[in-house]
Amino acid sequence: MTEIMKTMLSRRSVLGAGVAAAGVLAMPAILRAQEKSLKVGVYGGYFKKSFDQHIFPEFTKATGIAVESVAEPTGEAWLVQLEQAAKAGQAPADLSMMSQTSTLKGQSTELWQPLDTAKFKHYGELLPQFINKYPDGRVAGIGAVAWYITLVTNTNVYKEAPTSWDTLWDKANADKLGLLALASNSFLLEVTAKTFMGGTNALDTGEGIDKAFAKLAEVKPNVRLWYRDEAQFEQALKSGEIPMGQYYHDVTGLAAKDGQPVRSTFPKEGGIQDSGNWVLSRASKKVDEAHAFIDYMSQPAIQGLMSRNVGTAPTLKRDVLDLKPEEFAAVSSDIAPIIPRYDLYVSKADAINQKWTELIVG
Amino acid sequence: MRREPPRALADYAPLFFPALMLIVFFVVPFSIMIAVSFFKRNPAGFYTPDFVFDNYARFLTTFFGSVLGFSLLLAILVAVCCVVIAFPFTYLLTKRSRAVQTVWLVGLLSVLSLSEVIIGFAWSTLFSRTAGITNLFVAIGLMKEPVALLPSFWAVLTGMVYQALPYTILVLYPALVRLDPTLLEAARTLGASPVRAFFNVVTPALRNTIVATLIMVFVFALGSYLLPQILGRPSNWTLSVLITDQAIYQSNMPFAAAMAVFLVLISLALVGLTLLAGRKESAL
Repeated sequence: MTEIMKTMLSRRSVLGAGVAAAGVLAMPAILRAQEKSLKVGVYGGYFKKSFDQHIFPEFTKATGIAVESVAEPTGEAWLVQLEQAAKAGQAPADLSMMSQTSTLKGQSTELWQPLDTAKFKHYGELLPQFINKYPDGRVAGIGAVAWYITLVTNTNVYKEAPTSWDTLWDKANADKLGLLALASNSFLLEVTAKTFMGGTNALDTGEGIDKAFAKLAEVKPNVRLWYRDEAQFEQALKSGEIPMGQYYHDVTGLAAKDGQPVRSTFPKEGGIQDSGNWVLSRASKKVDEAHAFIDYMSQPAIQGLMSRNVGTAPTLKRDVLDLKPEEFAAVSSDIAPIIPRYDLYVSKADAINQKWTELIVG
Repeated sequence: MRREPPRALADYAPLFFPALMLIVFFVVPFSIMIAVSFFKRNPAGFYTPDFVFDNYARFLTTFFGSVLGFSLLLAILVAVCCVVIAFPFTYLLTKRSRAVQTVWLVGLLSVLSLSEVIIGFAWSTLFSRTAGITNLFVAIGLMKEPVALLPSFWAVLTGMVYQALPYTILVLYPALVRLDPTLLEAARTLGASPVRAFFNVVTPALRNTIVATLIMVFVFALGSYLLPQILGRPSNWTLSVLITDQAIYQSNMPFAAAMAVFLVLISLALVGLTLLAGRKESAL
């Protein structure tokens, strides 16, 4: 179990994935030389390992399309590589797992081939946040993996589970919180907007963003640790050194199952749902294979398999899934999620980043 | 052995390899960084070659000024602490037998094998409330209840001094070993106490070594970005932390490059000033 935890920890670590990717990119793992094949880019580390083990062999068995998996770094390095390669008519991967922000950035240069949704049998059952559209309505990406960031607490220190994100603002929690260190991975502006300003639409205007920042500034005295490194917070949460904060729902659940005194709570305002899309490079010629892959991945049975084996939240509506209640609760919740305003991290990236840094450092 | 001035091109041959290394590993990367710092940031996809001053303009604010000031002060403080601790230590070490010296030096070298990550996490455990050293103080009755000593400025300083101390000692060691023992003997014969001899004879005799060591530790400490994150609050973050944020998380290479160029220039200027001040003093 500890081994699993370690790999889980590293899966979103940008640096680690980058280094791993550099090694693996040099030698793509060719599964089987078959006539029909598809190159699929997945985040290096934990995700690639899980997909290679649980997903790709089954897909090949079902469709006869061989998959060559390519480890891609998280962050924007992969987007830039795809973009450069596409200019030269090359596709280092046909399909790629791409963060929401990077998907939007790729849209601006028409990097993604529009997808034909008629080819996806379960298109109508996808949750709306997992359909990424160009401004004119063409579909640029379909949800690949999703996960929740929730309110986590140490059960020895907090006997009762908190019910709302507003507990982060409670003066009784002075110097007790661990929060993610960047605007674009903590999504605390969205949390603030949803908790105190009626929803993330409040961030549409500059004044709304300023107001959210002002409200967020009140959290600062409660924060003991602004973390970039997940291991740093997880350890402190388990020991009770930093007894409350935001963290990944699935990893916290695994730690609790392991006997650690931690719990993950979906606050009444909802957990933060972050996700990545499948996107198809415009340089790819494997259009049919790519559609077959997305279609395969969007089946209820496969989404169930992913939730059980990879720990991702399903991209389909609850009622079509075959997940038992406890299996569903381990990766998701019926409470409507807080969906990050990815558009802000494209259109106002630098301004928000600057204000955020000044807020927490100043 | 007599040194002859080099005459033919071949006489310069020994210089080619170091020069090549310097060009490949310093001049070229640094030039690329300077070039990138003038490129135009494109929020939707990295950067485009250009010649703009936006990146430098963004840096010239009181906010970044204060972060830069903090980073420099922290690095200076680390350098001073290291030399104040290491100089007497190394001096006393050179007075010990060969065997004792070897054991100490091997011990210090083994500290160098620890990565910054390990040092950071080890100190964060030592300074924690739940498992840290304050629990020992409680056990022996010095404190009522354990407290967390981090995140704090002092935790950052401790971690960074710990990390830089072995380097400091290893740089000072050769100079102190080679120090002419007759200097001390003369001082003692003339009636100076050992402490007085140390401060009035040994220290001035090695002034250049001390200045060089201070500069080395200063430059070493200036690049630290992990320890301030693990042991400090955001107000204790150095400019290197913000450079990393821009380069890795915001994909804003031009701005990160501009900040890095600024940091290099300021530290070069400080080193230059230190050397200049040293030269003037010795001219008196």
